[in-house]
Amino acid sequence: MRKLTLAIAVIAPMLGHAASAEDTLKIGYIDPLSGGGASVGEGGLKTFQYLADELNAKGGILGHKIEIIPLDNKTNPQESLVQAQKAIDAGVHYITQGNGSSVGAALSDFVTKNNSRNPGKEVLYFNYAAVDPSLTNEKCSYWHFRWDASSDIKMEALTNYMKDTASIKKVYLINQDYSFGQSVRTDARKMLGAKRPDIQIVGDELHPLLKVTDFSPYIAKIKASGADSVVTGNWGQDFALLLKAAADAGLKVNWYTYYAGGAGGPTAVKQTGLDGQVFQITEGFANSGNKAAMDYEKAFRAKVNLSLWYPRAVNEMRMFKAAAEKANSIDPVKVAAALEDLKFEVLDGGQGIMRKDDHQFLQPIYISSFGKLTESEPFDEESTGWGWHLVSKIDTPQAMVSTTCKMARP
Amino acid sequence: MLELIVISTLNGVLFGMLLFLLSSGLTVIFSMMGVLNFAHASFYMLGAFFGFQLTKWIGFWPALVLAPLLVGAIGMAVERYGLRNTHKHGHVAELLLTFGLAFAIEEIVSMIWGKSPLDYRVPALLDFPAFTIFSTNYPAYKLFMLAVSVIIFVALLIVLKRTRVGLIVQAALTHPHMVGHLGHNVGRVFMAVFGVGSALAALAGVIAGPALVTQSDMAAALGPILFVVIVFGGLGSLPGAFIASLVIGLVQTFAVALDGSLASAFGPLDPAAGPSVLTDIWNVTIAQVAPIVPYMLLVIILIVRPMGLMGTRES
Repeated sequence: MRKLTLAIAVIAPMLGHAASAEDTLKIGYIDPLSGGGASVGEGGLKTFQYLADELNAKGGILGHKIEIIPLDNKTNPQESLVQAQKAIDAGVHYITQGNGSSVGAALSDFVTKNNSRNPGKEVLYFNYAAVDPSLTNEKCSYWHFRWDASSDIKMEALTNYMKDTASIKKVYLINQDYSFGQSVRTDARKMLGAKRPDIQIVGDELHPLLKVTDFSPYIAKIKASGADSVVTGNWGQDFALLLKAAADAGLKVNWYTYYAGGAGGPTAVKQTGLDGQVFQITEGFANSGNKAAMDYEKAFRAKVNLSLWYPRAVNEMRMFKAAAEKANSIDPVKVAAALEDLKFEVLDGGQGIMRKDDHQFLQPIYISSFGKLTESEPFDEESTGWGWHLVSKIDTPQAMVSTTCKMARP
Repeated sequence: MLELIVISTLNGVLFGMLLFLLSSGLTVIFSMMGVLNFAHASFYMLGAFFGFQLTKWIGFWPALVLAPLLVGAIGMAVERYGLRNTHKHGHVAELLLTFGLAFAIEEIVSMIWGKSPLDYRVPALLDFPAFTIFSTNYPAYKLFMLAVSVIIFVALLIVLKRTRVGLIVQAALTHPHMVGHLGHNVGRVFMAVFGVGSALAALAGVIAGPALVTQSDMAAALGPILFVVIVFGGLGSLPGAFIASLVIGLVQTFAVALDGSLASAFGPLDPAAGPSVLTDIWNVTIAQVAPIVPYMLLVIILIVRPMGLMGTRES
């Protein structure tokens, strides 16, 4: 008798699970939840869970409740594929990932192979932050959609701003040694060389990804080079520690960054005391001035106790819903077709479009600087009292670069 | 160039001293008890997190004393209720115990404090540039770290080599039964040694936390390099660990400062050959391989001098 009750106790939840699995729409969130990238990955997870709750409160997508399944990839491409397979085996048809373009490339390849081998069991890969241009150029895939601006688009916008800043004379590049960091450095060299040939590149550094604990030696090198500006794609602890070391050494330069707003970044910038000298390039930010976005930010912060790092994640989930409704189905093949060339009003205002040629989402881009806030800028970061301040808005037509993608369509 | 050399030397010495502060506890435990403590870096992490929490409640200076004491107590409990029981099953069992402990501590820490870096600040009293050299500030806090490391080194040497306590501790390692017959409680000696070793790691954590990053993966980030230090210096040798820490600190810092590559030494490869693995190796700079230089040193020293710089035995 006891054995029977035990068996029922074990099996019953499984049955219940199987039944509800038909109704829920599972999204596999594959990102670092341990190791050096954990702080960023955890913030992303909270963001997606918030977005899922928000959609579920309004009835989900076509009546399906959304469930975010967290899968820890330790920022490791190999581990990501294991996790992706695990997700697929558990009946997941949508995966989302952002941290690490090396991971992004592996996942895109994996999903493409999976879909050609298992017709009828397709999986879509929604990329919210892996910005290596190759993912929408030579390595592009029909099953991959990217909501973040690719690194060359960001660099295009950033260098358009830098070319009009006459005070920039000597630039130092420091980046993480992997596909994304390398693309930042080559794009910066190419675009600065074309737009401002008089700017001297006085240093070009690659350091290991998420492994350096003390950046003082690198800061000493930057200082010795006499640079007035640093361009870096560093994210997570690689940015926070870089700025921390700069603060300790009293290095006074302008920082042109991709991810100064990530975990630990604002705190480190505040420590440097560089008011208005750290720039970031994003698709939206807390003090953008757009009423709807600012209301959203307020509600998000109240519940999650974090800044909204990923306005693009909001765009991603909302567009997912819009595409599913347009296709009137949650079948990945139909959703993918509906996403192509889908026009969408982004969170921070302005229209974006999911370009059919390469599945890169094109959207307005903002350059903001970090420092003391004015009356109309209510949001600070990491309780520093400082926040992001609008420097320049680049509209969609000026924030795009052409693609070499030759999309293989199913 | 002179500027870079001076600053790099300062940075290298500082990083080296921090490594020493960490490896001193590890090497004391190893030389006294023969236990290679894989959880040592985890005690360092616990020190940083306790330091952060206590700083919030009672201020930095009390935390500097209290956090190592707390972690020392935890270390003693681990020895008393964990290691002592596994000791009879040999060193492998002890090794596995500390290995598992490292994972457990990391999980517990991330459960309590989360995985994001904490805002653990340098105390206001020490938050100013001590001196400026070549227009680079040298923070007072880093000088403080340096001073603490030197004091610990000297104090440890004196206690181990010049006092009765050190004598008993050393005797207990090689002749535990004899020491026991002389009326000393060998078990308690080991427990105290393990406690002191853990407390030293925690002290390193409390003072390194604000200078580096206080995050749940900090143990994993520093753990491997600690083993390089104690193997390079000679397992169980305190002066060896001291020299090895400085060497590794300096080598790693200077490697970052150097931009030389095979291509710059011998000229670029024939472009007609096209990109390949070889061109990658040819063009990689010393700065890029800086983080693996200590591990290359480890391999070389194991080949040339397996007992390490100042080690006495070959194990």
